[in-house]
Amino acid sequence: MNNPSILIIDDEVQIRRLLEINLSSNNYHVLQAASGAEGIKMAASHQPSLILLDIGLPDMSGHEVLKRLREWFNQPIIILSVMDEEQHIVDALDHGATDYLSKPFRSAELLARIRAAIRRSEAPNNKTILQFADLSIDLEGRTVRKNGDIIKLTQTEFNLLALLAKNEGRVLTHSQILKEVRGVGFQNETQYLRVFVGTLRKKIEDNPEFPVHIHTESGVGYRFN
Amino acid sequence: MSEKRQVSPIQQIIISIGSVALVSALCYLGIDAMGYKVVALILLMTVSILALLLDILPVILASCLSAISLNFLFIPPVFTFHIDNSEDILLFSLYFVIALVSAVLSNRIKKTEKILRDKEEKVNTIKLYNTLLNSLSHELRTPISTIIGAVDTLKEKETQIPENVQGELLNEISKAAWRLNGQVEKLLNMSRLESGTLRPRLDWCDMTDLISGIVRKTECAADKISMQFDEPLPLFKLDLGLIEQVVMNILQNAIVHTPTNSKINIRTSFDSGACRIIISDNGNGIKDELKDKVFDKFYRISSSGTGGSGLGLSIAKGFVEAMGGEILLSDSAEGGAQFSVYVPCEVSFISELKHE
Repeated sequence: MNNPSILIIDDEVQIRRLLEINLSSNNYHVLQAASGAEGIKMAASHQPSLILLDIGLPDMSGHEVLKRLREWFNQPIIILSVMDEEQHIVDALDHGATDYLSKPFRSAELLARIRAAIRRSEAPNNKTILQFADLSIDLEGRTVRKNGDIIKLTQTEFNLLALLAKNEGRVLTHSQILKEVRGVGFQNETQYLRVFVGTLRKKIEDNPEFPVHIHTESGVGYRFN
Repeated sequence: MSEKRQVSPIQQIIISIGSVALVSALCYLGIDAMGYKVVALILLMTVSILALLLDILPVILASCLSAISLNFLFIPPVFTFHIDNSEDILLFSLYFVIALVSAVLSNRIKKTEKILRDKEEKVNTIKLYNTLLNSLSHELRTPISTIIGAVDTLKEKETQIPENVQGELLNEISKAAWRLNGQVEKLLNMSRLESGTLRPRLDWCDMTDLISGIVRKTECAADKISMQFDEPLPLFKLDLGLIEQVVMNILQNAIVHTPTNSKINIRTSFDSGACRIIISDNGNGIKDELKDKVFDKFYRISSSGTGGSGLGLSIAKGFVEAMGGEILLSDSAEGGAQFSVYVPCEVSFISELKHE
């Protein structure tokens, strides 16, 4: 099988070079674009497995590039952004970005996100039983076991856990989760989400104050590991 | 001084008319005892006092009104604007001139004072700017020097550097880079505050989650920082990003400025329509005379020798105030420092609604 190809769309030559060294030494085939327009063209001609997209581009905003790409490009797109842009990140995620990383980021973190995103896109998860360290989630039987013991969850708690677990390793925004779990029109009921996450953590985490499964991405959403 | 400025022009005119009327009325009642020449002096004194307190226009108004009052009510023949003898004409003219001169003079003095104040302010701004540059160049150059130095050493071809030293140098580069990143973030936060464009974005916030997330980020030993939460703790509608920075900055300050084995406690409680977070330590505390200063921009306790930008606590204070709250520094029960953050906000005890 060919090495997966990754397209980097970033105007900073230093960042591109660094990413290129890092990614190619991890056996990815690297493509580069310095502007949004060039990036869209290259995505069309090379059909990469994944795109790393910088939000602050000189010719058009990363949001615009994302919007245009998503009209036909179904592979993962990971957003790179400088800090202090929570709203930008949430907007991008709600408009089809797969995940995000804030600059500066750790290389290990980047590789983990890329691996998780490519894995999800290559092998759509048809398993009905999801297995994590101490947790086993039976999507069909709607049961959850922790270290073999059945955990009693409410409907909403189960739906929330199933949604997060099916998207393992990927951040989901508050409104994405609420739309799935509570339905359209409830995207802004973050107070319910806080409560559901709180009670779910108490049931599935060893120490709810230091969760290992459901991580909070401050101001953005939640990520299941 | 500042109180005087809060009096609006209309209020000033009312004060000026009122005082002249009141003094005239009192003098009219006592006219038999003192005679109209004394009344002239009393009115003159009234105008002089007003000149100290009010702007020029209300004072000129008071001068004119008191002159009319003197002429009409006191200088014979009373209840006419007519003056009989030349001495009284002289008295009246002198009265009017002195009243106007005192109005103009005191106005001029006030103007000079204002110019002096502005100058002083400008000097202070320049001083602050210099402190900023000094602090900045120190805070940014230290990690930059580390990075350049370590990279140069690693690039050196002739000298053989043992592998463990190489690892150490790489570690230093990484630490310095993250430190630079932290400084840039603080400066960005400061400029957000200074620009006045900071608008809190409120969302429901699970403080247990938020505080433990911050504690995790500090990467301190497990028993260094303890957390306490009111049970049950409601959700608070706050700006998550701001409150996170506030707690983080105070916590970092406590970690850096207390002896290594000191303990820190974070207590989060619900306080009718508000969130209260108390961060206390058992370190050496902060002297009373320094308690206000630690919140000043670029202020660093000189004996601490721990570096830092001097921005952390001032940002914390700015953010808390931007959310309409307040931050107080006192001594903890153990003799260390105790920061109390109080932010009024909407609360929700929705967690008690278990129905679905």
